Amino acid sequence: MSEPFEPKIVAFVCTYCTYAGADLAGTSRLKYAPNVRIVRLPCTGRISPMFILKALQKGADGVLVSGCHPGDCHFTHGNYHARRRWMVFRALLDFTGISPERVMFSWISAAEGSKFADLINSVTEDIRKLGPFDQYQQLIKETESPATL
Amino acid sequence: MAKIGVFICHCGENIAAKVDCTKLAAAMGEHPGVEVSVEYKYFCSDPGQESVKKAIRENNLTGIVIAACSPRMHEATFRKACAEAGLNPYLCEIANIREQCSWVHTDGDMATAKAADIVRSMVEKVKRNNILQPIEVPVTRRALVIGGGIAGLQAALDIANAGQEVVLVEREPSLGGHMAQLSETFPTLDCSQCIMTPRMVETAQHPNIRLLTYAEVESVDGYIGNFKVRVRMKARYVDMNTCTGCGDCITKCPVKKISSEFDCGLGKRTAIYTPFAQSVPNMPVIDKASCIYFKNGKCKTCQKSCQLNAINFEMQDEFIDLEIGAIVVATGFQVQNTALYGEYGYGKFPDVITGLQFERLASASGPTAGRILRPSDGKEPENVVFIQCAGSRDPSKGVRYCSKICCMYTAKHAMLYAHKVHDGKTNIFYMDIRAAGKGYDEFTRRAIEEDEASYIRGRVSKLWQENGKLMVRGVDTLLGKPVTVVADMVVLATAMVPQPNAKEFAKTIGIAYDEYGFYNEAHLKLRPVESSTAGVFLAGACQSPKDIPDSVAQASATASKVLALFSKEKLEREPVIAVNNEATCAGCWGCVLACPYNAIEKKDIRDRSGRLIKQVAWVNPGLCQGCGTCVSFCRSNSLDLAGFTEKQIFAEVMGL
Repeated sequence: MSEPFEPKIVAFVCTYCTYAGADLAGTSRLKYAPNVRIVRLPCTGRISPMFILKALQKGADGVLVSGCHPGDCHFTHGNYHARRRWMVFRALLDFTGISPERVMFSWISAAEGSKFADLINSVTEDIRKLGPFDQYQQLIKETESPATL
Repeated sequence: MAKIGVFICHCGENIAAKVDCTKLAAAMGEHPGVEVSVEYKYFCSDPGQESVKKAIRENNLTGIVIAACSPRMHEATFRKACAEAGLNPYLCEIANIREQCSWVHTDGDMATAKAADIVRSMVEKVKRNNILQPIEVPVTRRALVIGGGIAGLQAALDIANAGQEVVLVEREPSLGGHMAQLSETFPTLDCSQCIMTPRMVETAQHPNIRLLTYAEVESVDGYIGNFKVRVRMKARYVDMNTCTGCGDCITKCPVKKISSEFDCGLGKRTAIYTPFAQSVPNMPVIDKASCIYFKNGKCKTCQKSCQLNAINFEMQDEFIDLEIGAIVVATGFQVQNTALYGEYGYGKFPDVITGLQFERLASASGPTAGRILRPSDGKEPENVVFIQCAGSRDPSKGVRYCSKICCMYTAKHAMLYAHKVHDGKTNIFYMDIRAAGKGYDEFTRRAIEEDEASYIRGRVSKLWQENGKLMVRGVDTLLGKPVTVVADMVVLATAMVPQPNAKEFAKTIGIAYDEYGFYNEAHLKLRPVESSTAGVFLAGACQSPKDIPDSVAQASATASKVLALFSKEKLEREPVIAVNNEATCAGCWGCVLACPYNAIEKKDIRDRSGRLIKQVAWVNPGLCQGCGTCVSFCRSNSLDLAGFTEKQIFAEVMGL
């Protein structure tokens, strides 16, 4: 039997809520799947859809975006901008044939260490079920002209 | 060529137990651009930091990555060490391999692989880090306090007593605000005037306070430490330098029947007037709308009666420009318009009054000199009904929130009435009695037990007049049946609402407000007195309904924030801010919409002859908080966020 597929997931998180929540999971010594790599940003409002595409292009099987709960943004509005952008971007992904399920959005506060751990586990499982994201790599093979983002 | 130093910390056993640090250090040493890759038991210790500094100096490193605990723990520590070794502190990045790796994973190989990814991505990021310098913003040590009620006075006095300059702007002709209108205050029943007026005098006489009454803030520009404020001095038609406040003009004025705002319509005033006898400054103003001279060009009785020639009908509004370092907004509240409740007959029945009007009746300086007399016939009412929540906690007609002070002042009114009309009867319709506060519950119990206030739990549905009496129809929910109470006077505990122009004024100063128009604090729990705009602070009921102790506490808190800001000549800020490439900026102003801080301004680009070529966005470093929302909004990729540039983040993602 072959080894289970270990997906690679990139998480874009804000430093004030979700990054702190991830730290809390650590200080609470909660255990979760080692598949997620975190990119820390000041605010989810900073996240450009291009970051997500770049992650998918460079071999990520899934992307997670997480910030402060609505109304709790350190910068008052950033998470709302992120949410709006994500709604549009999700539709675009769907249109291009990339399963929107590979990109997930969540709110995790600095107090929700266990929610963070649970989320990482569930996201890892979900992506594992979807299998490796090789659409883009196949596309390159087919056209033999690597598109640039 | 990049020369990056990688320092992998064991954190005792915390990291090393899961992550194979030796293997990690060796692997990182092979990564392009990495000059040094070493491991150590505790890099945060003194010898650890020394070894980092030594490595920086000996290898002329261009950037370092500390693979250790969360940046929230020791980023500041290692940035300081960098600076001490002569490397710009912003060329140091932290790879979090403890909280987000070794502590949360069980499999050693997996954890080591993940740690390698994390460190590698930070190496890729740090290669693209730029030298950044902290932003220094000069601070003008002069505070502006807007509003001369109890909150404004407290803030002004606290700041002034600490030796800093204050400009206090009050819209009305006198200081005092709502507190000056009150009779006695809960829970001590001490006279409001007796505690308020000395503060007003102290404020007016304070050498550090410049008092601008009958004035309004017209515009606010600039940013923290450097506000430019324009104040409109409304024409008083009385020369403040000459007037002694003798009051001859007031006694002579032939227009005597104007309803007094200060007495909430229960008293009368003249066209040239001071709002109340203890006004500060005690100098009259002419109410242009009511003055006969301004209506038909004749009269000037006041001018003739003034022996000092202080009255000048030619006076115009004047503007004063101020340089201000910090702003305290203490603009207070209004009572809600009771016309909303037609069924309570406010305006139709003269003996249905608001709580604030009751205060004026009970006040020794009020229209009845402190006697509780009904407005219709001036007789003492034998039965008084109080209706609580006449507007508050009523999503259908009034406001959803609790106005916080009404339970207490209604209990106080019941007591004052009982003390003044010994055989009077009091009925209070209420929803709940909310008496949280020092001495508050004891106070409401006293109203019930000693002063025999009768509380009826339920709402009032209707109010009508019968045989010269007011009939109040409500429900007693504890008995489960409707009740009708006969009353001579009805007092409505109206909701506290924002000032009618609160939203426009918020836009003038550039602060955020909620759905009602109350001003928003930066964080409800942790930054309750700061507004969303740096350098603007909130005190009193302009933020939410508050009683006097809360307003005073919040005002003192704003003063401490202002004083902290004034404690240095220059304000040092993190250089993580947005910067714009003016060459590519097309001036679409998407960033202006995205910015929560109004930090983006339009800047003119001109050629040598001064001809306007285009307008571009300019990020005000004093206002920008570095969220980066504008950057991802920018259609031409002209904006970027220092410390989290596009290049850095793409490199970080590619390193993973």
